Amino acid sequence: MADLSINFAGIKSPNPFWLASAPPTNMGSMIERAFDAGWGGAVWKTLGEPITNVSSRLAAIDHGAMRMIGLNNIELITDRPLEVNLKEIAACKKKYPKNAVIASLMVESKREAWHEIVKRTQDTGCDGFELNFGCPHGMSERGMGAAMGQVPEYTCMVTEWVKEVSEIPVIVKLTPNVTNILPPGLAAAKGGADAVSLINTINSIIGVDVDTMVPYPNVNGKAAHGGYCGPAVKPIALNMVAELARNDEFIIPISGIGGVSNWRDAVEFMLLGAGSVQVCTAVMHYGYRIVEDMIDGLNNYLDEKGVASVDDIVGKSVGRVTDWGNLDLNYDVKAHVHEDKCIRCNLCYVACEDGAHQSFEFVESNGHRYPRVIEEECVGCNLCYLVCPSPGAITMERRDDGSNPQTWKERIHK
Amino acid sequence: MHKDSNFHIDPDQIERNFAEIHPAMTPAEAAVEANRCLFCFDAPCMHACPTHIDIPGFIKKIASGNLKGSARVIFDANPVGATCARVCPVEVLCEGACVENTLLQKPIEIGRLQRYATDFTISKEIRLFEAGEPNGKSIGIVGSGPAGLSCATYLARLGYAVKIYDKRAFAGGLDTYGMAEYKMPRTVSLDEVAQAEALGVEFILNTEIVQAPEASGGVSFADLKQRHDAIFLGIGLGATNKLGIAGEDLDGVYDALHFIEKIKTRHWSSVPLGKSVVVIGAGNTAVDAATQAKRLGAERVVMLYRRSESEMPAYDYEYELAKQDGIEFVWQAAPIKILSQEGVSIVVGGLLLTCEKTDGSRELLEIPCDMVIKAIGQEKMRSFFEDVAGVALDEKGRVIVNEQMQTSDARIFAGGDCVNGGGEAVEAAQMGKHAAIGIHSSLTGETVEFAGAILRDPPKAPVDPNPH
Repeated sequence: MADLSINFAGIKSPNPFWLASAPPTNMGSMIERAFDAGWGGAVWKTLGEPITNVSSRLAAIDHGAMRMIGLNNIELITDRPLEVNLKEIAACKKKYPKNAVIASLMVESKREAWHEIVKRTQDTGCDGFELNFGCPHGMSERGMGAAMGQVPEYTCMVTEWVKEVSEIPVIVKLTPNVTNILPPGLAAAKGGADAVSLINTINSIIGVDVDTMVPYPNVNGKAAHGGYCGPAVKPIALNMVAELARNDEFIIPISGIGGVSNWRDAVEFMLLGAGSVQVCTAVMHYGYRIVEDMIDGLNNYLDEKGVASVDDIVGKSVGRVTDWGNLDLNYDVKAHVHEDKCIRCNLCYVACEDGAHQSFEFVESNGHRYPRVIEEECVGCNLCYLVCPSPGAITMERRDDGSNPQTWKERIHK
Repeated sequence: MHKDSNFHIDPDQIERNFAEIHPAMTPAEAAVEANRCLFCFDAPCMHACPTHIDIPGFIKKIASGNLKGSARVIFDANPVGATCARVCPVEVLCEGACVENTLLQKPIEIGRLQRYATDFTISKEIRLFEAGEPNGKSIGIVGSGPAGLSCATYLARLGYAVKIYDKRAFAGGLDTYGMAEYKMPRTVSLDEVAQAEALGVEFILNTEIVQAPEASGGVSFADLKQRHDAIFLGIGLGATNKLGIAGEDLDGVYDALHFIEKIKTRHWSSVPLGKSVVVIGAGNTAVDAATQAKRLGAERVVMLYRRSESEMPAYDYEYELAKQDGIEFVWQAAPIKILSQEGVSIVVGGLLLTCEKTDGSRELLEIPCDMVIKAIGQEKMRSFFEDVAGVALDEKGRVIVNEQMQTSDARIFAGGDCVNGGGEAVEAAQMGKHAAIGIHSSLTGETVEFAGAILRDPPKAPVDPNPH
């Protein structure tokens, strides 16, 4: 049994799995049930200015029979009175002293307002703050949420205000709705943030009802853009986490968020530098119970790899991420079809013919027609391997001998 | 009776006929099927499984690539989960309850996914459970079938020293000796026995529990009670019921369980087989005997049943399998005598089974054959329970137990076929689990819970009193 406990920027948690600030962390009784199910920590649904929500609020995109691979929402921060939330945070922390209880905050851009909410909230005994600089809908129109996170100077300034009075670790939650994640990330660090978390949701319209012509989710005939999350956003989140993790100037911890649904997703975020992960959509789909396999699967994975502590995998893949200009131009792979596993659907053939480099031909073999790679034409793009439905039927085989690596940067500086 | 009759067809064909009817899944197949599972909450499949395995939980673990965790979920609730993956009547249990029957008219293949996960840990010899700290107490279990094996596994996990006595040469009971070979080879059951052995369970084989050991060389029940703090009886049922007709003891008349037991050795040439076989009875064991006789090469196999087709006790899918195998059926006919035709009649060395129609006509039917297999249920072992063990039975000869599987003797517990009169391996496994919990509670006063022992309603979340 590996040690799954973490100390994330001074916040201790029995495991790296936290609930993200969202509907599953709406109130104390929910978070307590989540802790009972095994969640290590929870970031409370954002506390702040009073709001009113609309109905309906969610819409999703499916892929084939798989429901909800991406979810879009226009729900705002908590709609419960601040006093009620503060009382419940205190009670929850008292009842679950070993779990991480983190308060997410968002108020208008005034120093006094931030000071006040920080002071009131830290009296609950919570373990840390997460500053919501990422909410992309509704709140951002009022100068909060993503409106903070999209301007590095604001990010730095508000972080400084919070740090002036906060006695507990401060995590800044970043928005992905920027062209480059580095400036806001570095601004948070400059402002004194103890850690960052990312990504918040992505600006999105999930679809349009082609009969009524109203986009989703329909609020009395109109729709507004929402925040996109769920399995579909994971690649975007992984890139942003890696961009920060591999930057030499960026040295504070990262909490990874975006499409984490199982232990494998969590391991990927951690390998790219996340010290904890936060989950929302998968819990909204299947319930708190999913954490059981996240813990069990992570444990079995670490045991199998002979790793004693989950901390030991954090950042293990960061050194493998680089700029394109540092990739070896002479590394050469070719696709190879294994006829014993090929089911002859020929998707590789058509994908290559119309979408890549026309590197396939048909051959007769054992009385059947099989696709075969013309090696001289194959550029090793992976497309055939990616479309192949039969595991092991196409492998990418190395053809260079590794003796002559050369990057683009090396070539142009010769 | 043709002693060389098993060479009606060539041995390679017999091997093909006995290939597993539900073969192992490929990784691609398991991935697609596991991802098709909706991961229902408070899932109907889990309710339908007598051992209440967390089925969506183990399937989700296959989907996430956590095969070890998946197998653990299965064996945690059912120590004979690999056997059950193959022999359970899933059509009327988990798969019959699957919500995809409604949505897509095609349930998730739970049985084969269960096999996929359990094959993984068994083939890699991964140990999933540890024996508990020894608590100094000893339990004697009689019978190593699914009930005894399950009870032993849980007790060993609690720290008991467990000894299982079995009269046969191999452990596993009917899981080892009684499952149709095309459903499961006995290696699967023996692997589960090995899992119990790894927990420290001791198997004392070739040992019968009897009243007077001097005479038979077994162990006396009095000795057993002296050696152990509590006893669990999972001895199943006795010999096949008697037909009570003339000719029942002739050469060529077999008992279905003995016939199946011979097949389990996979020494095809040593299995007695006629060219023309009559199976008496229409339960699941009768189907197992009939289909296997056919698969061994019998030219004609007739199932004879005294009631009508609609009253046939075998599961529908078993009946379908028998029809696919080309079994013929004679309904509403009861055997009244079997004559040896040696030297006198149509089939040299054969038999003539005479039966009487029970449809009111009392018409007589004569069926020439050279093998008769009796599959009309098993006897209860009344004398063992009443005279040897001294526990109370009900009017049908079943051991009377309370919810903790405790018999009329507070130190003796029982489960499996001897309690329910004959059921599925999965039901026996659940009774073994309940008995382990009962034994622990009776000896220590402590209440333990094992996965799937009881299904509780999920707790309902309180409603937020604040307006929203």
